[in-house]
Amino acid sequence: MALLSFEKKYRVRGGTLVGGDLFDFWVGPFYVGFFGVTAVFFATLGTALIFYGAFIGHQWNIWRVNIDPPDISYGLKLAPIAAGGLWQIITISALGAFVSWALRQVEISRKLGIGLHVPFAFSFAIFAYFTLVVIRPVLLGAWGFGFPYGILSHLDWVSNTGYQFLHFHYNPAHMLAIAFFFTNAFALALHGSLILSAANPGKGEPVKYAEHENTFFRDIVGYSIGTLGIHRLGVFLAISAAFWSAICILLSGPFWTRGWPEWWNWWLNLPIWS
Amino acid sequence: MADYQSIFNRVQIRGPAYPGIPLPPGDLKRGGKGIYLYLLGWLGDPQLGPIYLGRLGLAALVSFVIAIEIIGLNLAASVHWSPLLFIREFPWLGLEPPAPAYGLSFPPLNEGGWWLIAGFFLTLSILLWWVHIYVRARRLGLGTHTAWAFASAIFLYLSIGFIHPVLVGHWSEAPPFGVFPHLDWTSAFSIRYGNFYYNPFHMLSIAFLYGSAVLFAMHGGTVLAVSRFGGEREVEQIVDRGTAYERGALLWRWTMGFNATAESIHRWAWWFAVFVTFTGAIGILLSGTVVDNWYLWGVKHGFVPVWPNVFPPVPDPTTLPAVN
Repeated sequence: MALLSFEKKYRVRGGTLVGGDLFDFWVGPFYVGFFGVTAVFFATLGTALIFYGAFIGHQWNIWRVNIDPPDISYGLKLAPIAAGGLWQIITISALGAFVSWALRQVEISRKLGIGLHVPFAFSFAIFAYFTLVVIRPVLLGAWGFGFPYGILSHLDWVSNTGYQFLHFHYNPAHMLAIAFFFTNAFALALHGSLILSAANPGKGEPVKYAEHENTFFRDIVGYSIGTLGIHRLGVFLAISAAFWSAICILLSGPFWTRGWPEWWNWWLNLPIWS
Repeated sequence: MADYQSIFNRVQIRGPAYPGIPLPPGDLKRGGKGIYLYLLGWLGDPQLGPIYLGRLGLAALVSFVIAIEIIGLNLAASVHWSPLLFIREFPWLGLEPPAPAYGLSFPPLNEGGWWLIAGFFLTLSILLWWVHIYVRARRLGLGTHTAWAFASAIFLYLSIGFIHPVLVGHWSEAPPFGVFPHLDWTSAFSIRYGNFYYNPFHMLSIAFLYGSAVLFAMHGGTVLAVSRFGGEREVEQIVDRGTAYERGALLWRWTMGFNATAESIHRWAWWFAVFVTFTGAIGILLSGTVVDNWYLWGVKHGFVPVWPNVFPPVPDPTTLPAVN
């Protein structure tokens, strides 16, 4: 049953959002719940359809497997299975699985009597995906503006879409997203390092706690955000990275159709110096 | 052992600022006494300072100021010392490395010489800062994990600005100093080596970058969710497991069948963040040395997708007769 020594006393009934006691049980280490059932349903369906897509595309090289969205000419209509219909059902399956996963985390958090910060943060990642495959295609008027599902094909899509705007690095929301991603990795390195260095101070040294952690950071940069603050900062940086990633692609097309370097002309044309 | 703890709630306590643990013999003094800033308390600890600069920190700071000074004065000179133009065109201004013809030689100051000098002082500053944080950790009786994570970032910095240019024999391959110019360099470098999207180490670096965001969202979210049980006191949870850790662990065990420990989640964090820059550096060092064109390399190894030709073929511009 893969039980941790302390796990039994936490396995209590209740906390479900839907279904009452019906699915309120565990399978091995996994909690099931209503949303566990829906998550497995959507994930299995989506995965099976990707295999089916590989089969009808005669492509078993995992790097080249590709499920394309419908051609632009289909607009926002349903497409035949072999011409983008698969992509549409897989997209619905993916969204169903992601949302089920988040709601299952809500149920588990309620059961454990803890906050909902994890599903809250996850919802930003779902929002970014939803923006890419639903909001932006709907605003542009065709499912064909979604990205293809494939390891290398989605990279080709990112590259092509980026260069359609000449130089995507000039997209101000893209700048913010990248700055948040880099700062997030930086802060994660600092936080992981600090805890490891306090807990593993070397032979003969006693384990250190918050007093030393704060002193180390005040010594080197003059500020220590504190044990609680670093986790707030981490969640903020991570969800901001996802949020601005969604915004940067949402702007490109529906709200800005020219090259991104050109967007900065507003700065050169400010009345104070032009 | 008694330990100074900050307990966070909506009320900000104002007592004497905490001066830090006593310094070991041989250290200089800390600068400042520590002040409180109310706004800082909205997110984290309201105390700002004191700081320990020391000899190494001071040397690093001086080198850094010299580098920034050289860059700033060069940018100012490029707009003929006009303060207004400096502000207006700042994002477009750049201090460029020497032209390819100079190879690895030392060019005249205005043709890349200043770039080399600025790079030297910036590198010196970064290396001194590395020693500084290594020594601070040792002096306070902590492990040196921060310094080694920083070393991975320095490895990427040196790979981009020093090792790769030396390997291919041109300072011109290194990035310029400047906001938009360094973005232009990034795209140009990618395209020069056949599009970095096909570089597997670039793929890994991005996977670790995104993974770091996922990890920090997961870890930060978990700790905030169990902060009502004191979960943010992580080292305490490592040495003496409490209900905060148990609930956080079960959240993940029940969600995905696996959980880290209060200590091991920080090892995951450390390696993910360290691999962002480490794999990135490997990707840079292989470009132009082992692999000239990542797209063609991907075609050769059969992982690049083949697309139908929907547009008429475009001739390779390098095969066309020169205009004029």
